[in-house]
Amino acid sequence: MSRSVPGSFAVAWLAPLIALLIAAVVGDILILSFGQSPGDVYRLLLEGTWGNAYGLGQVLYKATTLTFTGLAVALGLRAGLFNIGAEGQLAAGGFAAALAGLAVPATTPAFLAVPLCVVAAAMGGGIVGAVPGALKARFGASEVIVTIMLNFVVLALLNWLVAARLHVGESLHTPPINAGAVPRLADLAPAFHGSAANTTIVLAILTAAAVGWYLFRTRAGYDLRATGLQPDAAEYGGIRVGAVRFRALTLAGALAGLGGVNYVLGYKHYYEEGFASGSGFLGIAVALVGRNHPAGVPIAALLFATISQGGLAVNAIVPKQMVEVLTAVVIIAVAVTVPEVQRLAAAGRRVA
Amino acid sequence: MIILAFIVQTLRIATPYLLAASGGLLSERAGIIALTLEGWMLTSAFCAALGAHYAQSPWVGLLCGVAGGIVAAALHAVASIRYRANQVVVGIAINLLAIGTTRFFLRLAFDSSSNSPRVPGFDWFTSSGAGAGGVLDTLASLLNPLVVAGLLALPVVGWLLANLPLGLRIRAVGEKPEAAESLGVDPARVRWVAVLAAGALTSLGGVYLALDQHQFTDNMTAGRGFIALAAVIFGNWRPARVAIACVLFAAAETLQIQLQGLQLVPSQFVEMIPYLLTIVALAGIVGRAVPPAALGKPTA
Repeated sequence: MSRSVPGSFAVAWLAPLIALLIAAVVGDILILSFGQSPGDVYRLLLEGTWGNAYGLGQVLYKATTLTFTGLAVALGLRAGLFNIGAEGQLAAGGFAAALAGLAVPATTPAFLAVPLCVVAAAMGGGIVGAVPGALKARFGASEVIVTIMLNFVVLALLNWLVAARLHVGESLHTPPINAGAVPRLADLAPAFHGSAANTTIVLAILTAAAVGWYLFRTRAGYDLRATGLQPDAAEYGGIRVGAVRFRALTLAGALAGLGGVNYVLGYKHYYEEGFASGSGFLGIAVALVGRNHPAGVPIAALLFATISQGGLAVNAIVPKQMVEVLTAVVIIAVAVTVPEVQRLAAAGRRVA
Repeated sequence: MIILAFIVQTLRIATPYLLAASGGLLSERAGIIALTLEGWMLTSAFCAALGAHYAQSPWVGLLCGVAGGIVAAALHAVASIRYRANQVVVGIAINLLAIGTTRFFLRLAFDSSSNSPRVPGFDWFTSSGAGAGGVLDTLASLLNPLVVAGLLALPVVGWLLANLPLGLRIRAVGEKPEAAESLGVDPARVRWVAVLAAGALTSLGGVYLALDQHQFTDNMTAGRGFIALAAVIFGNWRPARVAIACVLFAAAETLQIQLQGLQLVPSQFVEMIPYLLTIVALAGIVGRAVPPAALGKPTA
């Protein structure tokens, strides 16, 4: 499943398109069951997201986090590994960024404080990713189960740290960081006023480009892809598969951890319990629809961010939970159609 | 009396774990990854509350809950057996689908975003009021068909796997589907049977939650499906050990609840126990956990 589709670009995108059509049909049924008109709901959804600057800003904000978690899942899948731990890695990254921001004095200049917090976020996520990486490389432990179980451990640990030591008053969040905040998009373009969109989006785009360069232009990226396609052949070809897997999961964790920058440095300026709220799991959907490609991931992130924000836009006439159902339907439909499309394409080539 | 109360509470907490873990064991031994236990339980808890509410009968709730669990399992089976989709992806998606669907229909059916109205449960003796707080009352809380089912589920699944022809076929398709096929067994069909049965068993855990708490609340399974999966793995896919793992995890939780006032160990650390033990077991630091050989692999 980590393999890119042999053959054409069209085949790669056919499955996600079919999946979206299926989701649209399910959406129609849900909307009709609530006694509303699908046309009205979808129009409202588009108006509330891409139709105004605030909605667009919220979409961009959500897409930024999803780009990081999507890259974290995609990088793992390129190495043949399923990283379900983005949720915990994202939370750990945000927590580490907040700790770094709290540790530095308030007078620290931004050109020092921001990189420090960003590196802390990557390290926080990277450490959480290194655990399944080491257990996979050393013991062959299933990274699927370890990352799932580790999510619960990491979130419980962070909850305890915040509840026992770092919270402010009756809240579940840390005090605000002293330094390291990055500007909001509203500071540059006033139309975005009120939305959470911030300059972390630039980091997201640069990170996606860096992942693309790493995967397709470096020796280490070649080893990673070779391991993902055929580990036995890679091992025979002289690649140290264990080391590659450890590196891949650590890097994946660091990518998800960077997503914490968006919330902590860009939006709230503190770490809050539960801020990840499913963005890690949505990263799986993003990687899947983005076909595990660094160029596809940001596009898929925009799609899921639109669906997510759109739920809020239509909540007045249909429950916003409709979009949670649609997201799950898209994932199942992509998972089902990808092998089918590949099988049909292969059969087509044999006939031709 | 304290010890009795401890044992009774442990058994009550263990009931959904035992039921879901028996389903998880069945599914995983057939080669289908049981990441969906959480979603199956949540779906069935909602369906149980729905049925119990409209019929004002816990038995109708039970039936509806099991039906819901089987439907959710069938969706999993269609995607991962018929269409050979990646079981991990489908499993996670079904969990998300269960959360979304139950929330959507909670608003549609009960116009609430948090909980259903109060529904009847299987409390025949506890509500009588006679001798409240006594030993008999504590014991009477175990007189619930689902608690009994929980105690029987893993022994029955273990017996089925060990002694029945179907059990042998399930183990065969979970270890070496090609070998099973060469002997005339249809692996896809055996997996279908195993997954639907797993859905039915797991759904009993969800029904227990809803009827025991007399309502459905949003995301009420709260990770119990993953604790059951942890028990399956920590129990090394063997029925007796899985049962011990379920009771062990439940006992740790009970201890934490009963000692809450003393503040000995933060509750978050007790929460971590099942997950940490599972990671340790997978790493093979104490007795390596060995999954079925064909777990997660589609059949030909």
